[in-house]
Amino acid sequence: MGFDQYHEPAAELPEETRTFARLCASLTEEAEAIGWYEQRMALERDRDARAIMRDAQGEEFKHFCMDLEFLMRRTPLWREIAQGILFQEGDIVEHGEEAEEEALEGAASRGAPLASGVSLGIGSLRGADS
Amino acid sequence: MSHLLREHAPITEAGWSLIDEEARERMTPALAARKLVDFDGPHDWEHSATNLGRAQSLADQPGGGIEATQRRVLPLVELRAPFAVARAELRDADRGAEDVDFAALDQAAHRIAVAENRAVFHGWGTAGIVGIAESSTHDPIPLGEDCSRYPRHVAKAVEALLGAGIDGPYGLALGPDAHTRVLETGEHGGYPLLEHLRKILGGPLVWAPGVQGAVLLSMRGGDFLFDCGEDFSVGYDNHDADAVHLYLEESFSFRAVTPEAAVWLTP
Repeated sequence: MGFDQYHEPAAELPEETRTFARLCASLTEEAEAIGWYEQRMALERDRDARAIMRDAQGEEFKHFCMDLEFLMRRTPLWREIAQGILFQEGDIVEHGEEAEEEALEGAASRGAPLASGVSLGIGSLRGADS
Repeated sequence: MSHLLREHAPITEAGWSLIDEEARERMTPALAARKLVDFDGPHDWEHSATNLGRAQSLADQPGGGIEATQRRVLPLVELRAPFAVARAELRDADRGAEDVDFAALDQAAHRIAVAENRAVFHGWGTAGIVGIAESSTHDPIPLGEDCSRYPRHVAKAVEALLGAGIDGPYGLALGPDAHTRVLETGEHGGYPLLEHLRKILGGPLVWAPGVQGAVLLSMRGGDFLFDCGEDFSVGYDNHDADAVHLYLEESFSFRAVTPEAAVWLTP
């Protein structure tokens, strides 16, 4: 068990960046689990076992979405690009290119920081040192 | 363009980073409420009210076999703490100065943190916020100045919550005077009073400027709800040749939905 979700020395990273990295790692793990269940269900012949796996995969969908929502709340540019791609009909790649271009241009014209919003990002402090 | 109008300020990107970091650092230790209550959000600046899930009948009914009710909501309050930063200091910051004078920002950060604590723990009548201490259904327990009796008072408060079927862990918001006394005190045998109180609580004990005495509350969740619209942000107001006038801002509402889940230990 390591702490390899950090690409840089953890001690040098701000707390919010460590949280961000943890949620990114969690997002990856949920996506992997979704893929694993998909493979297992493709091969499993027992109907009951498949039902359990489908139920478990649903949990992973939920976890993935919660992780994603958290990360996008902390990263307005990511959120803006996602809004141009997710739940849209049509060509995904085209939407992706357009969303990226519009979001980056918009952020640049506003002089907004790209990595995070203008809020101080304090949020809940439950669990913070007292 | 954000309503904070940051891009209109004569402040470099590095200057904004310094200001934001200073505000974050100065504010966080004082934000006691956020260390103890449930936090929902942040939503955004356009989030104007908290849904109470309730409706009230209207005196003026439309008639004709129609019954009308109106939804009840709790409007968010906006807090704003203005401050100024000298432009000369900002220029020095851009040169790499590490002792930039942010005294006015530091004071504003403390003021707004205290205002948030007061609203959550002691209420704000005109804003429709009932504080945790005032809403408590338990008899207040006088805290006093004799620290040796604090564990007894806190244990009594915990017992009151347990007796009402309110589970822990429990947190304690200690006003500055009481907090100082606790930090300074070692019990018989040298065991720190702070640690003794934490063992009784099973949860955190936090420094809470703006709190009178102390407030003990359950942290099991679902009892005390902070609804954040815009989280703390620094905005731009105006500038002249000497200074940039900025402000710290947030919007929120607060509800104590389980008044029996807290006990006020009065000063």
